[in-house]
Amino acid sequence: MRKVLTGNVAVAYGAMLSDVQVVAAYPITPQTTIIEELATMQADGLVDMDYIRVESEHSAMAACIGASMGGARAFTATCGQGLFLMHEMLHYATGARTPVVLANVNRAAAAPWTIWSDQTDSVSQRETGWIQLYCEGNQEVLDTTIMAFKIAESLRLPAMVVLDAFFLSHTSEPIDIPDREQVRDFLPPFDPGDLWLDPNNPRTFGGITMNDAYMEFRWQIQRDMEKAKAVITEVHEEFARVFGRKYHQVEAYQAEDADVVIVVSGTVASTSRDAIDLLREKGQQVGMVKLKTLRPFPREEIIETLKGKKKVAIIDRNFSPGATGIWAQEIRNALYELPEGDRPLIYGYIAGLGGRDISVKVIESIYQKTLKDNRPDDVDMWIGVNYV
Amino acid sequence: MYSLNQRFDNRDIPEDELLTSGNVACAGCGASLSMRLALKGLGKPTVLAVPACCWTIIPGAWPMSIMDVPFFHCAFETTAATISGIKAAYRKRGMDDICVVGWAGDGGTFDIGIQALSGTAERNDDIIYVCYDNEAYMNTGIQRSGATPIGSWTTTTPVKKPKSEQKKDIDAIMIAHKIPYLATATAAYPHDMIAKLKKARSIKGTRFIHLLAACPTGWRMPENLSIKVMRLAVLSNIFPLYEVENGETYRQTVLPDEIIPIDEYMHLQGRFRHLTSEDIEDYQKMVDKRFEYLKERFEKGETSAAK
Repeated sequence: MRKVLTGNVAVAYGAMLSDVQVVAAYPITPQTTIIEELATMQADGLVDMDYIRVESEHSAMAACIGASMGGARAFTATCGQGLFLMHEMLHYATGARTPVVLANVNRAAAAPWTIWSDQTDSVSQRETGWIQLYCEGNQEVLDTTIMAFKIAESLRLPAMVVLDAFFLSHTSEPIDIPDREQVRDFLPPFDPGDLWLDPNNPRTFGGITMNDAYMEFRWQIQRDMEKAKAVITEVHEEFARVFGRKYHQVEAYQAEDADVVIVVSGTVASTSRDAIDLLREKGQQVGMVKLKTLRPFPREEIIETLKGKKKVAIIDRNFSPGATGIWAQEIRNALYELPEGDRPLIYGYIAGLGGRDISVKVIESIYQKTLKDNRPDDVDMWIGVNYV
Repeated sequence: MYSLNQRFDNRDIPEDELLTSGNVACAGCGASLSMRLALKGLGKPTVLAVPACCWTIIPGAWPMSIMDVPFFHCAFETTAATISGIKAAYRKRGMDDICVVGWAGDGGTFDIGIQALSGTAERNDDIIYVCYDNEAYMNTGIQRSGATPIGSWTTTTPVKKPKSEQKKDIDAIMIAHKIPYLATATAAYPHDMIAKLKKARSIKGTRFIHLLAACPTGWRMPENLSIKVMRLAVLSNIFPLYEVENGETYRQTVLPDEIIPIDEYMHLQGRFRHLTSEDIEDYQKMVDKRFEYLKERFEKGETSAAK
């Protein structure tokens, strides 16, 4: 079945088709239409779930962790300030090994107030132990929501589906809605095993650890995050077999023979495809790499894809004050282990903060600058800023 | 001495122990005794969520635990939200008979956890929230909380500048949420406490139990005085034992035959030692005034019960 859906409604469809059992959520622009849609779906009997209308995002995540500990499939959605408020509980969800799924609509940080898109909210959660899956279009949003449950539950790690505010959340696209029974075969009900609050098997979870035990718990998270790379690939492949759409942690587009490779994430990927096509028509040797996962970071695939390239231009719709864009940091870090001859020059660009458009023109100018400059003139270059 | 006790017999106290010996509480801990008695009242199947508080430590460090019921250590300010989530999961999984209990200290309830608690109570989620109130942040080493009584010494309100604000009236706040059941209790009156937890279990919706739990370490008194001091709190009317249904019907459950002066309660505790006789007189007035407020409601409750 095909429908025209916004990104937010696509998230709600993903959660509904995943037979989510508990939703705990709090309104925040531009996420709100996700939880509105879920409320309507519940009222219409399309999904048999318990809906906790909590008094804050912090409580939303706490309730999801509780629901997951009770053995239920739990979901919430938020963005920007809401995700910042949740931060403590994001760490908690990982430590408690609760496979909660969260949809985050990328919204820039206040102050000053803004509701527009950038990735500062989600990249700020890099160290929380959440799997982060960035989406380019609304079909990917719906499909990724379903896959996120499967990935999270098989690893007992929480997963975040990330979509750009407005560019996806409030923009409609024709979407293929997967068949519900097929989704049920692909994603069976959540089986918590013996890791839940079972009155017939009373156990204590999350109790105090001494310095002879804590590190082992953390190591298990790291071990499973490393395992997650293979799990995500398997889930992508299985999804492709069933539904005919293939996703990648690292997707190269026209990159094979490219001298300059532009690395992007989120909706900038679809704009970049157009930019690359236009530049290719003009005979430019340019390609693109789209990154879907920030965590686990697909280090090996990145090295394989970018090895031997001359120049890599990374567009970060986020930045870390006093350092650089986050994707640029990650890629520099990964590529350092290449021998010098294979190591590309890294051109880091900061663009599109607070929802400023990253148009085809902007991407073309980034390409031209990268091509022209023998070396990057700064560790990060800010695009389109009126310096005052 | 008090009327309710006469209707009970020690044989009414369930023999089941839902926790084992070997906990690591301080000697004379009112909070550990409270848990033992509360679980007797609650029975099985019961599931507990406990935030950062003394009870994080009391059950023992991983991999040891004294608990014979499932026990989830949750984040400090999230007790109420966590149990709302746990209950929702059980409801969806056809396990609605499981009693989900949040068990938090006064800091986790009066202060950092009050937002989530208010949310859960406003939604009337089907949970029991127990606050064991030892009147300061005892687990971190006796710092002032919103539950600390006025005039009290703590490590953040030193003797030269003791706490200058009133104890927050958490019961009134919870009553204002019109929850189906609220009760105060203390381990010094075990029959009363167990009866209230049993009753709470039989009611649907948000139930709030406020336990006064003596802390010899923080109250600066010998550990053998815990029960006595908790009893004196009731007999002096600083912590009357009562219950309120639907935010309206008040009932005093333990009626002391004789009210003792507040000084008898306070002079046993080092945390009040610096107070002058004038301070104690003011204290007495404050306690009397507060009790008058409640007494009016108890009388109204009796009248409506008689109808």
